[in-house]
Amino acid sequence: MSIVTVQLGQCGNQIGFEVFDALYTDSHCPQGLCSKRENEAYQASCKERFFSEEENGVPVARAVLVDMEPKVTNQTLSKAAQSGRWKYGQHSCFCQKQGSGNNWAYGYSVHGPRHEESIMNLIQKEVEKCDSLSGFFIIMSMAGGTGSGLGAFVTQNLQDQYSNSLKMNQIIWPYGTGEVIVQNYNSILTLSHLYRSSDALLVHENDALHKICAKLMNIKQISFSDINQVLAHQLGSVFQPAYSVEGSCHYRRNPLGDLMENLVPHPEFKMLGIRNIPQMSENSLAYSTFTWAGLLKHLRQMLISNSKMEEGIDWQVRPPLSGLPTLGKASLNRGLHFNMSIANLVILRGKDVHSADLGGFKDSALYTSWLEPINAFNVWKTQRAFSKYEKSAALVSNSQFLLKPLDMIVGKAWNMFASKAYIHQYTKFGIEEEDFLDSFTLLEQVVASYCNL
Amino acid sequence: MTQSVVVQVGQCGNQIGCCFWDLALREHAAVNQKGIYDEAISSFFRNVDTRVVGDGGSISKGKICSLKARAVLIDMEEGVVNEILQGPLRDVFDSKQLITDISGSGNNWAVGHKVFGSLYQEQILEKLRKSAEHCDCLQCFFIIHSMGGGTGSGLGTFLLKLLEDEFPEVYRFVTSVYPSGEDDVITSPYNSILAMKELNEHADCVLPIDNQSLFDIISKIDLMVNSGKLGTTIKPKSLVTSSAGAVKKQHQKPFDAMNNIVANLLLNLTSSARFEGSLNMDLNEISMNLVPFPQLHYLVSSLTPLYTLADVNIPTRRLDQMFSDAFSKDHQLIRADPKHSLYLACALMVRGNVQVSDLRRNIERLKPSLQFVSWNQEGWKTSLCSVPPVGHSHSLLALANNTCVKPTFMELKERFMRLYKKKAHLHHYLQIEGMEESSFMEAVSSLSGLIEEYNQLDATKSMPVEDFPRLSIAV
Repeated sequence: MSIVTVQLGQCGNQIGFEVFDALYTDSHCPQGLCSKRENEAYQASCKERFFSEEENGVPVARAVLVDMEPKVTNQTLSKAAQSGRWKYGQHSCFCQKQGSGNNWAYGYSVHGPRHEESIMNLIQKEVEKCDSLSGFFIIMSMAGGTGSGLGAFVTQNLQDQYSNSLKMNQIIWPYGTGEVIVQNYNSILTLSHLYRSSDALLVHENDALHKICAKLMNIKQISFSDINQVLAHQLGSVFQPAYSVEGSCHYRRNPLGDLMENLVPHPEFKMLGIRNIPQMSENSLAYSTFTWAGLLKHLRQMLISNSKMEEGIDWQVRPPLSGLPTLGKASLNRGLHFNMSIANLVILRGKDVHSADLGGFKDSALYTSWLEPINAFNVWKTQRAFSKYEKSAALVSNSQFLLKPLDMIVGKAWNMFASKAYIHQYTKFGIEEEDFLDSFTLLEQVVASYCNL
Repeated sequence: MTQSVVVQVGQCGNQIGCCFWDLALREHAAVNQKGIYDEAISSFFRNVDTRVVGDGGSISKGKICSLKARAVLIDMEEGVVNEILQGPLRDVFDSKQLITDISGSGNNWAVGHKVFGSLYQEQILEKLRKSAEHCDCLQCFFIIHSMGGGTGSGLGTFLLKLLEDEFPEVYRFVTSVYPSGEDDVITSPYNSILAMKELNEHADCVLPIDNQSLFDIISKIDLMVNSGKLGTTIKPKSLVTSSAGAVKKQHQKPFDAMNNIVANLLLNLTSSARFEGSLNMDLNEISMNLVPFPQLHYLVSSLTPLYTLADVNIPTRRLDQMFSDAFSKDHQLIRADPKHSLYLACALMVRGNVQVSDLRRNIERLKPSLQFVSWNQEGWKTSLCSVPPVGHSHSLLALANNTCVKPTFMELKERFMRLYKKKAHLHHYLQIEGMEESSFMEAVSSLSGLIEEYNQLDATKSMPVEDFPRLSIAV
């Protein structure tokens, strides 16, 4: 089954390019460490999901590029075309002349309705090229105007028009110390709207990705391109084909459906995060070897202590002893906070996957009481190595990991809202104070729900 | 991509404007090696086939034929505009885009605003409509003028109301040169205060500049150039004050160095909208992020570096120095000390070989020494444009919405009150039809209101930051 990707705004388009590039590069990587037949099945599955084919054999990304001003999409289209290996469809791009000005209201209330038909038509065309549709992958940032506002609008439309298809939104959480001054407003408006219309929110934080570039990849002058490549690597390790059952001979066919089924058991809890291990520069890779035991031990502790990468993990954090009553409402300010999970999915790729022991993840102490570990935890495997890593493990988690960042954004937005700063910029385009209040109410509810796990 | 139209009014406005167009051509020539008319150039220039008679000569693609500035030149005296039209830039201006008169406004806001305003209203509208028609998607009007005189101040602000009514969706960015303390125009306080009311009510964003600050910057540079220190040869094109490599090759006129600084300000302001980068910032984002309340739209600007030394290697320390300088009071384009006042919002627009990690590192480093208002503690807006300005490998424009503008306004009000109490020169204004004492009173009250807003914000400076109680949800 295929996934149609919608890339929105500067962030969405810049990331989208890196994602397709990473997927393509990996699927054509010569060091697959598996049999030729295996490799071909992998390539074919990846292609079915993400690329369609043109007459001259060049794969075309199953993507629609949307932006309200032309600079970024022009750049993205030409970068892909220049690579000579894959490209975007000639008519898959919709752009306008004037951007959304970092204004969620403008993206949602002005650009949305104005360009609804054109954008949905483009998406429809892309859907028609698929034999069968797994769903939509929407890449957008929360801080700006187009990705956030228009992204929320488009997701709503997708819910109306394709009610049987799944929608996963890849959201970029901005740096804590501003990229955009009104980013907190834009973020809460986006999150509250997406919570109603999306099926799952896959969140990546710029701060976390930045740290990975600095500490693990050893990059001195980090550019957005570096950050996007780390992100693309993480997404690739999740979305590339894998088997769900030992001894199965077909790759799983419905990537989005499988992810949702495993990870989103309850609509109140939709926020997912990815951890990936190992992650390092190519130079370091040549000198490193790993065992599954070591990788999984680190990954488990990363989950429990809410660490974003394999360096600086807090090994003091332990899950609560089973049998004892939980410590009541988790305090957001408490130091040693254990990260409670609702559901986890581990994806293992590479040499000797069958030997990996995942007992540590099946501990019921890691999970809320309303799901048995057998339902809360799943594992997918494939022998085919991912992107030059002999062994790599990815964890997709529905847990409390975003609780603190979410609470912070809501707090900052609330403080700004209380002083009424910038509100006139939103009311100008039809987003009133009540809309803000609705968003705050919904998100406080989400914060409370995650807090009380 | 969008277009912008520059409206230059009065002697000061036109002189600055002239420098702007000169440097804009230089910048695009450096970037656009192939001579193709692309979207970046089209933001400020039209491409015209001059062989075609009349107006139908616009070419939208292909090779550059003849570039025409998207500008309207207005002056009630002919001297400056004539000089422009006879100078080396004459081909850049469309002769139909001018409005001139002979007598001038006599340094009288009322003459500029009321007399010439009504006299030339139709013509002005016509020229503006024409320039708008030539644009595919007009985003912004840049108005350049001075506050202390008669034409720039009076007619320049008359324009604002016209623009607001005729083109309500197009942004109005105003670059205003405020009179310095030693200004030789006696009535400049009257003109400035009357103009301020219009700026308060009809401008989207104002970039105040004052001549003294520009002059101080030039003195600093001269000191550097003439210091004769070893290894301090400065790349001529990199001087923020120079027009080396531009069209106007002749000996620079006295105000040219200062005007070039303002011209560079406008170029850097629009660079991220015209050229590509990893984090773009369009003009509508400036207003969105930097104007938290409609009246507080005065932005203090600073440009760094002022020059680049000839040695090529730029170590990180120098890059960080650029960021530090942007916040020092010596680099601001008006007399202001942002570090000791309260920030409402701050934008950092970086050009050239700078990446997001450099930005983040410097924000983290400088944040502790700056005070931000309680509801905007992380009030930073950033942009990264890949194309550096001519002669530099990187540059930074900082725009601050900061209470440090208050002293400028308070001084202006004081100078005004000194004159007004004695009714000095008032009759020159009151004899103009439509002007009454109440016009003055209203203008002062408008300014007082603005100052009071800044006062209230300043009062919160030393108060501890408290979080507002959040909504409590029944679980």
